[in-house]
Amino acid sequence: MEWLQNPLVMAGVAIAVALGGILTTCAYLILLERKLSAWMQDRLGPNRVGPAGLLQPLADGAKLILKEDVIPGHVNKFLFILGPALSVFTTMLAFAVVPFGPVSHEPGQFPFVIAPGIDLGIVFIFAVTSLSVYSIILGGWASNNKYSALGSLRASAQVVSYEIPLGMSVVGIALLHSSMSLEKILLQQAEMGFLGWNIWYQPVACLIFFTAALAESNRLPFDLTECEQELVGGFHTEYSAMKWAMFFLGEYTHVITISFLTSVLFLGGWHFPFIAEANSAYAGAWAVKVAVLLFKVSCMIVLIQMLRWTIPRFRFDQLMSLAWKGLIPMATANVLIVMCVLEFQLPRLWLLPLSLLLFVAVGLIGTQASLPAGATTVRRKKTAVPAVAAAHH
Amino acid sequence: MPINANDVEWVEEPAMNFWESTFLPAIFGGLQITGSHITDGKTVTHQYPEEKPVLPQHYRGVHRLNKDEAGRVKCVACMMCATACPAHCIYITAAEAPKNEPLWNGRDKFPMSFVLDELKCIYCGMCEEACPCDAIELTHIYDLTGASREEMLFNKEKLLSVYDQTKDNPVDPVRTGRGRLSGCSEFVSLPTVGPATQVKPEDRAAKSATPGVIH
Repeated sequence: MEWLQNPLVMAGVAIAVALGGILTTCAYLILLERKLSAWMQDRLGPNRVGPAGLLQPLADGAKLILKEDVIPGHVNKFLFILGPALSVFTTMLAFAVVPFGPVSHEPGQFPFVIAPGIDLGIVFIFAVTSLSVYSIILGGWASNNKYSALGSLRASAQVVSYEIPLGMSVVGIALLHSSMSLEKILLQQAEMGFLGWNIWYQPVACLIFFTAALAESNRLPFDLTECEQELVGGFHTEYSAMKWAMFFLGEYTHVITISFLTSVLFLGGWHFPFIAEANSAYAGAWAVKVAVLLFKVSCMIVLIQMLRWTIPRFRFDQLMSLAWKGLIPMATANVLIVMCVLEFQLPRLWLLPLSLLLFVAVGLIGTQASLPAGATTVRRKKTAVPAVAAAHH
Repeated sequence: MPINANDVEWVEEPAMNFWESTFLPAIFGGLQITGSHITDGKTVTHQYPEEKPVLPQHYRGVHRLNKDEAGRVKCVACMMCATACPAHCIYITAAEAPKNEPLWNGRDKFPMSFVLDELKCIYCGMCEEACPCDAIELTHIYDLTGASREEMLFNKEKLLSVYDQTKDNPVDPVRTGRGRLSGCSEFVSLPTVGPATQVKPEDRAAKSATPGVIH
């Protein structure tokens, strides 16, 4: 088995597994989303194709491939095609450094990550996933349609804003683990056991990361780029058939990636007390570890999909103020707290109360800031109304 | 006309308290509601082709032409329905009944052709109301489809076959449009006809012999 030692062979196998897994999962995530939304609204959801509707993704896929792929005459053809291609390409590329099991560097063993040993894993992911906004901008701009253009403008403003808290929220973890490599962060958490999970030390960062990542993937409640009431379909108004589907393939891959990242960075990855410890060496331990990680990821995905059907969409100014007035200061303060704890060599457990204190402080500041000036003491009297009304005319 | 400033009331947004401004209680409250709907297993969906809807008694579907005891078409070609029809979708050609044939004994006129355009029809039921001899009635058949416009022009044979198809259906008794059974009905009493909407007790319809039907 000399040829198995070649790292390229194993990388190829890992790519095949990851790509096949992602594509199938994406198809079934759409079914799951439709089923979940149906159950929430006391409906049944798709149940006609195959037993309990389980073959619905195949039917959807066949439909999307066989459908006429319209390229309108008024579009910039090159950019119009580049948009959806970039969407899938960047989100798939970001998955290259995400570990989906117990990572192994032994030659000849399945590595459980496409590109093992990349020390800049987090930076790579942020660099590549933020490129995916280009697909939306290109798609919207090339469509030569004002609603699509508005959608893509919103996307660019939103992604630029949420990129900052997303990056800042992970700085704390990088400092704690003195590493940017997802594999090392995962392994260090696993070695420290259940209390080593980063969620105990960085709960606020976890919240910020999750929120910002959700915004980055343009999912509800942050899907202002495609909000139907205002922008028809937003950036994908002019797209049909497989090109349209590729945007959504990109979106669902993004959801999978952020679920993996949240699980790996904050929830201990494949670690679970007793059954999947760092030194578990029983036969089939790798399978249990993969199962634990996939379970955590599935929970995150279901949470994301439930949030979509639970919370109404943000207004654009609320979206911006949440990022710039809420998440960014909070993330900065969080980094500061981690720096202080590390600098003064306090026990790590200080991070939990300090994080909660930070959350309370931000909440209090938000409460005070949301009140109009002077409203705490005097409500506006009715006699003052004509003057105000006149000012509005 | 501009709005008088005194009529304008300015409503201040209520101030958010600490927990509200974190959005977390609202999110978890919402998740609890959606989660309970996922897990309660209740659905309101009708699985249509397998599960037929229960239609109200007064539902107005595809027409039929009733037959009398001798199996003849009850229609006497008086043109009342065609006259009453607001959509002008009934086309009748009347003819004199053959005098020497025992089948048509006691009848003067009969419709030589009776064509009803089911596509033009608005299913208002005025033909049923206008008919003096309970010959045309609306049934509970609602899933009417056709491959061409010509197919949807129902002629006399087709309308009579709808009668054969529906006469034994308990929801489609041969009845009058005025709350009384006709002579040819096999029913002794009229099935209770529910009102389409809630009828107030002071309403004329509530005082009728058959509730919901105006005499």
